[in-house]
Amino acid sequence: MATPFSATPKVQSVVMRGIVKRFPGVVANDHVDFDVHQGEVHALLGENGAGKSTLMKILYGLYQPDEGEIQVNGRPVTFASPLDAIRCGIGMVHQHFMLVETLTVAENVALGLPSSRGFVTDLERVAARLRALGEQYGLPVDPHARVWQLSVGQQQRVEILKVLYRGASLLILDEPTAVLTPQEVEDLFRVIRQMVGRGHSVVFISHKLHEVLSISDRITVLRDGRKVGTVRAAATNKAELARWMVGREVTFRPEKAPVTPGPVRLAVEDVHARSDRGTPALVGVSLAVRGGEIVGLAGVSGNGQRELAEVIAGLRPPTQGRVRLLGRDVTAWPADARADLGLAYIPEERMRDGVILPFSVAENFILRDHFKPPFARRGILQPQAILAHSQALIRAYQIKTPGPETPVQHLSGGNIQKVVLARELARAPQVIVAAQPTRGLDIGATEYVHAQLLQQRAAGAAVLLISEDLDEILALADRIAVIYEGRIMDVLPAAEADPQRLGLLMAGVARATG
Amino acid sequence: MSTRWQQRGRDMLYPLAAAGLAFLMAAGVLAALGASPLQAYAALVKGAFGSRNALAETLVKATPLLLVGLGICIAFRGQVINIGGEGQMIVGALLATALGLAFPHWPGWVMIPLAMLVAMMGGAVWGGIPGVLKAYYNVNEILSTIMMNAIAVQLMNYLLRGPMIDPVQAQRASQIPQTAALAAAYRLPRWVPTRLHLGALLAVVLAVVVYFLLWRTGWGYRIRAVGHNPHAARYAGIPVKRYTVLALVLSGAFAGLAGMVQVYGVNYRMITDGSATGFTGGAGFNGIVAALLGQLHPLGTIPAAVLFGALLVGANAMQRAVQVPSALVTALNGLVVVFVVSSEYFRRRARKRRLLQQTAASAATAVAPSSPED
Ligand SMILES: Nc1ncnc2c1ncn2[C@@H]1O[C@H](COP(=O)(O)OP(=O)(O)O)[C@@H](O)[C@H]1O
Ligand SMILES: [Mg+2]
Repeated sequence: MATPFSATPKVQSVVMRGIVKRFPGVVANDHVDFDVHQGEVHALLGENGAGKSTLMKILYGLYQPDEGEIQVNGRPVTFASPLDAIRCGIGMVHQHFMLVETLTVAENVALGLPSSRGFVTDLERVAARLRALGEQYGLPVDPHARVWQLSVGQQQRVEILKVLYRGASLLILDEPTAVLTPQEVEDLFRVIRQMVGRGHSVVFISHKLHEVLSISDRITVLRDGRKVGTVRAAATNKAELARWMVGREVTFRPEKAPVTPGPVRLAVEDVHARSDRGTPALVGVSLAVRGGEIVGLAGVSGNGQRELAEVIAGLRPPTQGRVRLLGRDVTAWPADARADLGLAYIPEERMRDGVILPFSVAENFILRDHFKPPFARRGILQPQAILAHSQALIRAYQIKTPGPETPVQHLSGGNIQKVVLARELARAPQVIVAAQPTRGLDIGATEYVHAQLLQQRAAGAAVLLISEDLDEILALADRIAVIYEGRIMDVLPAAEADPQRLGLLMAGVARATG
Repeated sequence: MSTRWQQRGRDMLYPLAAAGLAFLMAAGVLAALGASPLQAYAALVKGAFGSRNALAETLVKATPLLLVGLGICIAFRGQVINIGGEGQMIVGALLATALGLAFPHWPGWVMIPLAMLVAMMGGAVWGGIPGVLKAYYNVNEILSTIMMNAIAVQLMNYLLRGPMIDPVQAQRASQIPQTAALAAAYRLPRWVPTRLHLGALLAVVLAVVVYFLLWRTGWGYRIRAVGHNPHAARYAGIPVKRYTVLALVLSGAFAGLAGMVQVYGVNYRMITDGSATGFTGGAGFNGIVAALLGQLHPLGTIPAAVLFGALLVGANAMQRAVQVPSALVTALNGLVVVFVVSSEYFRRRARKRRLLQQTAASAATAVAPSSPED
């Protein structure tokens, strides 16, 4: 027998009652009730740090609750480890994958399972069963592929298959969409529907409202470790869920004060550039952004957005064309000279490009200015000035950190983005390039970033907002440019843009004529 | 302030406990060989610290380890692995010796600083070449620094057997590869009657300087930034390649100085047995270990260098006292290295756990004391 767990009976119901879990300094779960029954998708919604992962790790036996009880199929249970949970038919796919990259898919699945042939695991059997499972649930994966060769979406399939292979009928998916492209999200939803159709149940963790509304039957919202409520998806809407999550009214369409655009501050003229692989990434891009204006650059990622941002920031030399900042030709200028002229750049890969993770918050704040007064005099750093500056920024941007000396790697994603934002905006920029500035952030942090960009617009800065999120672009931009395969398809005033028209342009359907 | 020092103290516990474990293990081996571990270690400690002379010898041995180790702190913080300490020491020493021999009649206060400068420049060039190769031609610096070691040894053997050989030796059949002695005015001041020389004090002062350089200057900031994350450094407009070269140049300069100090402070001439260690005593490699044991912190490298100096000096005494094979001394050295380097893993893990708790427990605006570590 390939799996010792295939005889596990289906989970009919799971009830968690009065769950309390404390960590040093926080109550991660504060008397939380939660239940799932067979054949449903139950979403667990909440901001980062609300306690979603903790609650589900308790159900999966990774953490033991300080108080409260768990019942499976009406019987009280205690899980000393995930093995106990797996035995009851509960499986979990973690936020961060736990695969061994150098092993094959089948090897990863077989890892840690008792084998039918003593010490020698029968990999062919595992592979055959994986193929069968894959077909059954619409999760095709080559069992002999090595994990490092797989895309993130495929790796996630492997994780799901691993859980199914172990006989789970209740699957906990912890923020499964965080790492996926919109197309991959659609695929995942199809798989979830398949599984539910076969009598499985799914706990779907997310902080994205539209996803939760479109996939789940019921939704439970957590905030600061407490349960706010549970509703049927059909009986609620975005606004109500957002209010539950954040604890106050949320404006999806932030107030945009009317601003009269000033002179052109950023101009890109007939720019050509190559990608890292040497293929043409930009083919004659021209674009102008005025002061007091947000130009949204819409497009499916990988169509030249990253290269355009880097050409403007001075990190990628164009093969042809010019970049003008505040009327000056800066095409040959290095990155720091452009920044000093008044360019702020919020990079797409903030963990890689935007911060130095082991550096403290304070050190990250002076990433651009560590040779300039008042932070340095004759090359000597001035700790007092740096500390004062850091404390001011931490306060002004409401960054949650134990202090300025905490390494940035210990902050949450939203707070890391705030560090980048604070550093860039504190330099009073006149031109801002913001690439995917809210990707992966929760509602509160997203709202904050949007407000900051609008404030900069009101202060007269020229903002180029590069985003895959059409809602974000429609909410913020004054004009919208669409990029496809390194070309600007069209530039529309926001008033004339709607998702359908933008969607066509993003798909490369020729210039809309009308 | 107190929490910061508490944390420092806890951080130091790991390598110390690891070193203790290594000694415990070696004690087992000693016992198996029929020697009394207690007696052996007593002899070791006495040999290393037991008298003014013993202590001085320990510090003399520690000095080049510390100087090389300081350079290693800079290089490794900049994420370049400098294995070329031996070659950089040799080239620095060759230049300083040649200078001292060429102009034997200058005042010491002119020649000594000048020789230091020249030695540092020599080491800097010897480290800078692999730096340029790495930064601009993508040549692995581990390989290139090792190759530069080989070149330096050949150069030393050629010069010490040929153009720079001691005229006295040139007459004799023995032909020991060594230079003539430096003028007496060029000797680094000593704490008579021991051999402890001014170089030791200089090394300690330089440890503070390197600490200051790395954590209190824009250049040090850049070296560390490039080391941690070259992408973000580039984003900020830091010339990444130039700072990669700089890290190796500075690293080489300190090794070069170590070479000069061996000549001007200990032997008063350059002498070898034809191998690199014949001149360096292995300080170019052991300095790396001292720096790692000191957690790549210039101030931590001071006690680490002293510990290794003590091992080198005390081990001979131990061997004499309990009559064990000399290979055991080498093994003990190796055990300390393995244990201490492994303890780094546990230290990091504990530290991470602590920081997680801190982060979770923190209020939004609490202000922590400044700590320049990592
Ligand atoms: N292992 C842990 N140790 C200490 N604190 C933790 C641990 N895991 C989670 N927390 C804290 O518990 C709270 C809830 O975290 P989590 O359940 O991961 O939230 P979510 O998944 O909703 O983003 C957070 O404040 C987090 O910092
Ligand atoms: Mg989570």
